[in-house]
Amino acid sequence: MERHFDEELKGINSEILKMGSLAEEAIVDSVKALKEQSREMAVNVINSDKKIDGLEVEIEERCLTLMALHQPTAIDLRFLTTAIKLNNELERIADLAVDVAQRVLEIVDKPLLKPLVDIPKLCVIAQTMVKESIDAFVNRDIALAKKVVLSDAEADKLRNFVQDELVNDYISKDASTATRAVPLLLIARHLERICDHATNIAEDVIYMVDAKVVRHHPEEL
Amino acid sequence: MKTKDITQKIGFAALFTCMLVTLFFLGAIIFFIAARGIKVISWEFLTQIPRGGMTQGGVAPAIAGTLYITLGSIAVSLPLGLACAIYLCEYSPKGIFVNIIRMSINNLAGVPSVVFGLFGLAVFVKFFGFGVSILSGSLTLGILALPVVISATQEALTAVPHSLREASLALGATKWETIKKIVLPTALPGILTGIILSIGRVAGETAPILFTAATFYTRRYPDSVFSEVMALPYHIYALMTEGTHPEEQTAIAYGCALILLVLVLAVSGAAIFIRQKQRIQNA
Amino acid sequence: MHDTIKMKAEGVDFFYGPRQALKNINLDICEKHVTAIIGPSGCGKSTFIRLLNRMNELVPNASLKGRILLDGEDIFEESVDAVEIRRRVGMVFQKPNPFPKSIFENVSYGLHVNGVKDKKLIEKRVIASLEKAALWGDIKDRLHESALKLSGGQQQRLCIARCLAVEPEVILFDEPCASLDPISTGKIEELILELKKYYTIVIVTHNMQQAARISDHTAFFLLGELIEMGETQGIFTAPRDKRTEDYITGRFG
Repeated sequence: MERHFDEELKGINSEILKMGSLAEEAIVDSVKALKEQSREMAVNVINSDKKIDGLEVEIEERCLTLMALHQPTAIDLRFLTTAIKLNNELERIADLAVDVAQRVLEIVDKPLLKPLVDIPKLCVIAQTMVKESIDAFVNRDIALAKKVVLSDAEADKLRNFVQDELVNDYISKDASTATRAVPLLLIARHLERICDHATNIAEDVIYMVDAKVVRHHPEEL
Repeated sequence: MKTKDITQKIGFAALFTCMLVTLFFLGAIIFFIAARGIKVISWEFLTQIPRGGMTQGGVAPAIAGTLYITLGSIAVSLPLGLACAIYLCEYSPKGIFVNIIRMSINNLAGVPSVVFGLFGLAVFVKFFGFGVSILSGSLTLGILALPVVISATQEALTAVPHSLREASLALGATKWETIKKIVLPTALPGILTGIILSIGRVAGETAPILFTAATFYTRRYPDSVFSEVMALPYHIYALMTEGTHPEEQTAIAYGCALILLVLVLAVSGAAIFIRQKQRIQNA
Repeated sequence: MHDTIKMKAEGVDFFYGPRQALKNINLDICEKHVTAIIGPSGCGKSTFIRLLNRMNELVPNASLKGRILLDGEDIFEESVDAVEIRRRVGMVFQKPNPFPKSIFENVSYGLHVNGVKDKKLIEKRVIASLEKAALWGDIKDRLHESALKLSGGQQQRLCIARCLAVEPEVILFDEPCASLDPISTGKIEELILELKKYYTIVIVTHNMQQAARISDHTAFFLLGELIEMGETQGIFTAPRDKRTEDYITGRFG
């Protein structure tokens, strides 16, 4: 039996989807700004964050209202509490994209230290994890959520690789490269943090569907 | 005015007229009896025995006789009727057995009163040998009143909400305790109404007491249940058909009729009063 | 911590004539806890609760298979007196049903019927019951007035006091707030939360939020079967059976 309440829940879904795609866009654009060394693009990313912040507040208020008015239970209750958490995580993901853009602004006037190989890879992983974790939420797809959780290992690996490369091959050999190396290192860190947040989203989705808490217990998967 | 309005007004007018006609007849009867009977009513009339060949004195023995027979019939119909109604309402399993009993009771109510009289004569007067007496009359009238008492009691018992019985049982009462302490007290006004209605019916019956209790004249007030008595309805009949002094005796007959009428109206009034009080209490 | 089981249904099948109203019910009721029974109309929850104090015996053509145990003993056994069971297992009904007598007589009725004759003891118990039912303050000056003059919520609390007077061990509530306004309902719910310290309570309710608010365990009935039973918190956050979830989220009902 379709309820009016189901319409409202669908509305939350589409808002979360929207926010997810805005966050993905921010991630992609921030790294594109790095690749193309475009000050304009970086600034754009920073300015677009306001929109995402606004959307976060809106989604949270809608969720709270639904909980107050409908006293949801079981799957509906888990859905709304998960939506609120996701909301939060997405906003932080967007903030991390802004951080990337700010790092870009720090080195945009200087020539690139080295050709970008791993950072774009990390960016693709981050973007994919965000997209898939949101899809898992909207479609209540546990298999997809589990895949996201497992992908985090690769992101960690890649970040460590970038870090090692920059520290060992550049900074320790020539200290003057630090001003161009450190921002790159930080960008890799930011992207890896984005992957962590996407993992959190996926773990929350698993709880929502299965009512099993796997957060902090990856071995349960 | 539209046709609907006109039809409505005609309808109301017709109903109103019917009601007036009914009231008119009731009023006419009361007026007729009262007009002819009031002139003989006096304290002497109500308290003295008849003298002078039923032309003077009073009709006190007839009033007393009616009273005794009426009370006697209650003594018979109340316990029997109450027990029967309680059994039918509270204990008997629903089904064809109960329906047969109910039908029989209704049929009993339809038996013509003169048939009761014959029955009483054959069974109580002759077979049991009670003779023409208060006892025979009470028993006969008691059976006549039985359907009235049973019906009214049944209605009163069914009107007691089932939830009260449930509440009582849930507290650990037995079925009989529930009936005794909750159902009967709550149904009491209804049962009383039934008894009072039966009084009204019984007091005015002539045919049943014709062969079983009543006599035209007795010198003394009855001294035991085996005595025969005078009774108002029978006295009216006897005066009008066998009386030797028609002018005075007709007036006396109307006087008796008036007393009987007042008695019945008073009884109905009491029943209505009790029912009103009951409605307020249970609201 | 293992809770003591006060009452137990074992393999209960119940029939109204040929029609089976309850199918293979197996249920535990924990001592001094509130167990709620929920389910759509006609699911058998009222039928079931009435078995617990043998009120089903008032219905003609009804038959029962299986056992209902109180403290481990079958209450339907030949040697067991139904009257004694009903003293130990009391019931409060959907619509308040005070007797058309005074408040005092209402509460003392159960005592009279169970053979208590000592007037002082009766008076003591009546006052204690009215206090426990949170009604004493309202009516202490009106003990001998008619019970029918009380408001709906007060009448229901009177019915509770009446039940408490005979010192039951279990109290059954059959949709006790169905005919009451929200404030009276709130008072009765608070009362039940207090009462559970001393009595084992079973409540049938149509109102799911009520079951969620006041019960420790919840049982979901559907078409005469027990679909799921568990701790209330679990049933309302993550029920195991899809039918339970559909019912409590309002997707059918």
